[in-house]
Amino acid sequence: MTRVVGCDVGGTFTDLILLDEAAGEVRIAKVPTTVENQAFGVMAAIGQVNGRLDRLDALVHGTTTTTNALLEKKISRCGLITTRGFRDVIELGRRTRPNAYGLLGGFEPLVPRELRLEVDERMDAAGEVVRPLDEAGMRAAAEVLAAAGCESLVIHFLHAYANPAHERRAAEIAAEVWPNRHVTIGSEIISEYREYERGVAAAVNAAIQPVLDRYISRLTDELSAHGYGRDLLVMQGNGGTVSSRIVAEHAINTVMSGPASGVMAAAFTGARSGFPDVITYDMGGTSSDVGLIRDGIPATSAELQLEYGMPIHVPMVDVHSIGAGGGSLAVIDDAGLLRVGPQSAGAMPGPICYGRGGTQPTITDANLALGRLNPAALLSVDNPISLGHVRDRIATVVGEPLGLDADGAAAAILQIGNNRMAGAIRMVSLARGHDPRDFALFAFGGAGPLHAVALAAELAIPTVLIPARPGITNAIGCVVADVRHDYVNSVNKPLDQLDMADVRAVLEAQIAEGRATIEREGVAVEELVLVHRAEMQFQGQSHMLHVPLPGVDVGKAALRRAFEEVYFNRFSLELKEIQPVLVSLQTAVIGRRGAVSLASLADAGARAGSVAAARTGERRVWFAAGWRETPVYDRAKLPLGAEFAGPAVIEQLDTTIVIEPEATARVDDVGNLVVAVPPAYRG
Amino acid sequence: MSRDIDPVTLAVIQNGLQQVCNEMDLAFQRSAFSPVIAEAMDRSDGIYHRDDGALIAQGEMGLPIFVGTMQYSTRTVIERATNLAPGDLYIVNDPYLGGTHLMDVRMAKPFYYSGEIFCWLSNTGHWRDTGGAVPGGFSANATEVEQEGLRLPPVKLYKADVLDEEILAIIMSNIRIADQTIGDIKAQVAALSVGEKRLTALLDRYGARMVEDCIGEMRTRAAQQMRAKIATIPDGRYESVAWVDSDGVVDAPLKIDMKIRKEGTELYFDLSGSSPPCKGPMNSVIASTRSSIYLAMKHIFPEVPINAGTYEPLHIADPEGTFLYARYPRPVSGCAAEVSQRIAEAVFAALVQAVPDILFAAPAGTSGNFALGGHDPGTDKPYVMYLFTGGGYGGARDGDGLSNGCSTIGISTMQPVEVLEQRYPVLFERFALSEGSGGPGRQRGGFGVDYTIRIRDGWARASMVMDHGRFGPQGVLGGADGGVNRVAIHRDGATYVPPHLSKDQDILVGPGDVIEVSTPGGGGYGDPWQRDPALVARDVGRGYYTAEQAAAMYGVALDGGGAVDAAATARLRGRGAAAE
Repeated sequence: MTRVVGCDVGGTFTDLILLDEAAGEVRIAKVPTTVENQAFGVMAAIGQVNGRLDRLDALVHGTTTTTNALLEKKISRCGLITTRGFRDVIELGRRTRPNAYGLLGGFEPLVPRELRLEVDERMDAAGEVVRPLDEAGMRAAAEVLAAAGCESLVIHFLHAYANPAHERRAAEIAAEVWPNRHVTIGSEIISEYREYERGVAAAVNAAIQPVLDRYISRLTDELSAHGYGRDLLVMQGNGGTVSSRIVAEHAINTVMSGPASGVMAAAFTGARSGFPDVITYDMGGTSSDVGLIRDGIPATSAELQLEYGMPIHVPMVDVHSIGAGGGSLAVIDDAGLLRVGPQSAGAMPGPICYGRGGTQPTITDANLALGRLNPAALLSVDNPISLGHVRDRIATVVGEPLGLDADGAAAAILQIGNNRMAGAIRMVSLARGHDPRDFALFAFGGAGPLHAVALAAELAIPTVLIPARPGITNAIGCVVADVRHDYVNSVNKPLDQLDMADVRAVLEAQIAEGRATIEREGVAVEELVLVHRAEMQFQGQSHMLHVPLPGVDVGKAALRRAFEEVYFNRFSLELKEIQPVLVSLQTAVIGRRGAVSLASLADAGARAGSVAAARTGERRVWFAAGWRETPVYDRAKLPLGAEFAGPAVIEQLDTTIVIEPEATARVDDVGNLVVAVPPAYRG
Repeated sequence: MSRDIDPVTLAVIQNGLQQVCNEMDLAFQRSAFSPVIAEAMDRSDGIYHRDDGALIAQGEMGLPIFVGTMQYSTRTVIERATNLAPGDLYIVNDPYLGGTHLMDVRMAKPFYYSGEIFCWLSNTGHWRDTGGAVPGGFSANATEVEQEGLRLPPVKLYKADVLDEEILAIIMSNIRIADQTIGDIKAQVAALSVGEKRLTALLDRYGARMVEDCIGEMRTRAAQQMRAKIATIPDGRYESVAWVDSDGVVDAPLKIDMKIRKEGTELYFDLSGSSPPCKGPMNSVIASTRSSIYLAMKHIFPEVPINAGTYEPLHIADPEGTFLYARYPRPVSGCAAEVSQRIAEAVFAALVQAVPDILFAAPAGTSGNFALGGHDPGTDKPYVMYLFTGGGYGGARDGDGLSNGCSTIGISTMQPVEVLEQRYPVLFERFALSEGSGGPGRQRGGFGVDYTIRIRDGWARASMVMDHGRFGPQGVLGGADGGVNRVAIHRDGATYVPPHLSKDQDILVGPGDVIEVSTPGGGGYGDPWQRDPALVARDVGRGYYTAEQAAAMYGVALDGGGAVDAAATARLRGRGAAAE
């Protein structure tokens, strides 16, 4: 593969990277996202890099179309047909409330009750028919929903994971009367027990399928009009790609694909630079995303939720969002204590320094007041605000109640903000069974690199890795991602009752389905990689652990040993007396695309001959020990292999990096910045 | 302040202590066996003062009802502790010593730093069984605590880090499913070890003296914060009454008489007019009674952090001589799950009169505890199926109540029907929204749940401890009550309704028999005749109410197409308006 484009649409910007390996060239574009039709922004970005579409080998696209449609409830009208007695499953949920304390709030189900119909049919948990499908009733129900103007249809029957025969027959009947192809079969989206989560996933798929279908058609039309004749690949939440030809079938897989791209880029970059174990930290304006990578493989989960009442239980890269970002507000609470976040100034009014009318100090304002961000950057905002004004507001709002001056107040905001973020990162890591000290911190996003070194110190993380191009990490994730399809099937049997031939049959069926899908999408892949794992627990437990499986042939004793080992590593407990249960089997079918090299990201041409020559000036910057005159470097000019000690500020187009005085930085051979945080400085 | 504590250090240490507790919660939950702990999160971990057990910090993921009980529990351990040494660990589940019911087993451990006790670490976990008349401990008709299970006074389960095998043997010989409970015990002990490790790191970093000073300061600040919130409530007296259906033994309602006086920054709670102690298991121990009030206040002001200071402005007179101050040997298994929710309901119902903009009508307020114990011929093994269901929440100024919300004292999720049918020989014929159950109001209550279980195979006995069968959750400010809890068992063409409506025990059921339950809806908020007619039409379109109910409950008439008939509605509502 020689010429490939990755294009990621984010909330504010559409980022694009064109990698031309033969020419050793990389081109980058950043254009405003066009919210109504993201295709315009994509075409504009392609235009900006002067990308000749007819000469491209592949175009990989990350889109927020489906995520936004769900969050903003701009979804298609869909109907649902389900087992008699169970139409309220997606409205009743699992008996939860939005918050542990406080009894307010709620959610609207994706399919309103009047569009949820029931038919006579019933399977039991063993997949045996208790009541046959009422075919005439099924047809009538589909006709009613079509006549009610539904654009898509969900068929969701109880225990269909155990036996999908009724769902499939119902879909055949529906196809005869449904005006389009938008019929979602619940068990084809998730083939696991848990009727609420499976039903919501099916409803999510149906609600966004027509939206995604329309968007992809518009984009492919635009692309072919400009001469593009190769594959359009679309990013999925599992960190892999899928051909645009079939992406809408499982539209749900594109939800939350943006954060997944970032983690894929981190995994690729980290492994390349000798850091296979990485915690990713993408700090944005209102929230930050945290992901975990072990041995170069991103952690995945099938238990994420987009918001309250919307679990998305398909396998995805496990990215946890924490409620802290540059726009997090600093407030003095009723107890007279300073709190930073989770309330955010958002994009409007945003931090005071954006000049959009914000009056309440944020983390970004504190960074500015402390010289960590370049005050000259204020000139580029909407309505220039003076640094003095920002400092005055910080002194008034935060300083006065606490008896601090502007410096002290800004430092307090920064310290408490960092403390909170570090605590949240730690919990994300612990909840997944890992000690953060065993990882490197990979920071990206607009504000991640600004805080990363201080956060690493707080978390006792020894190394910070800041990629060459932190602002386009997601687009890079698109370029490096492979084609990937995940399959999960419930088993739910104690080991002593398990027939290992069944295990093999399930895994082989998953492989066959994956191969068939990759063949159908017609994307050129160099090799097929199969990753199997089992979800297991001890009998009577609720939590499950993932146990890697070497292949389709698994011995019972080996499986038991493997599980006990994983369990012991996690909890330091041995429970010989209790029977393990195989809950589900999972297979990832990965089609490797040609490997790309990120060497060209380093852009050696622009680099200076020495660290000193990369220095653009100096300014006063606040650190825990006080103000320091601090050299400022232009990142693009720092020579490869350069090493220097903090304090330092490194600026580049889309981010600023602060190297704390105790740390030392090194530019590696592909332009990543590797920061060593000495033990004495770690918290 | 005892000495100068800079505001940054104070906030950082507060976060640090909170983090220690959250990490204990996480460790406990992740390795627990009991689904009640691992899935229902029926556990809590915290840090307590070395002298009196006063709450310093408690995990944010703990079960809400434990916000107030654990400091009492820890205090009773401290009072009785002798010959303490590092590595000692107490176990206790005596309800009368700062507990709730027997199933909530507490562990408490002195935390040593530099050779001195710095504080105590404690946790509570709901064990699946502690012996007694019925599996799981919720006997609907126990009359003495001995029938409810094994009662442990504070005893050292570990002495200097060594497990006392003899005490363990006593416990194991007196409970059901002992083999799985050992996993839970290990998880509960391990959680406290996580706390020790993290707390040691915090003290190493900031120094014991500084952390000590910050703890004192945090307590003062939390009290200040709670007082600031209370100050927003107008001075005055606010009264309410809430009813528990029956105690499960004597078929008569139990009255909770709540009188709240707000004066300045303080709240005074008087429950002395409540019913006397009862014969059945609906008595509440004082720790549980107090905790229910704390919990209610936390639901009203969720942003106030929890430590002993938070409770300083809440003055609760001991309701001696009532069923809310149970003494040995009164049975108490219903106090944490049911009576606590009714006490909270009484707090809401009283204070909504004072601050209607932030409060809400009554939530369903029952844990809907249903147990089916029998023999499964398929596996030739005995089984016990527990089912806890939610109900509707009350309407509030800004919106309708949630449907199928969790009990107010819990945060757990319900097991899927598909899992229940895998594990037990039952078939659910319905699991549906309980139409019409949302209490009418300008903002209506949320809906309860209707479920129908058919026994497929083998004989079993059904038991239930529910509530609100006699009286629906209260509507407020002119809103109507939510629908009541209903239970019916259909056998051989006959229908059996429990005499106490919501509580019964050991009802024999066999193949083909059907158990039908409806859980309560939430109370309505404000005059239903002021509800936007378009919303009423929407609700009828969704089948939440019938057109007849819309006319009778909301004064809204619909045309043949289901749209609002404005003229007819005006006529219906005109009558209401004229009456005002």
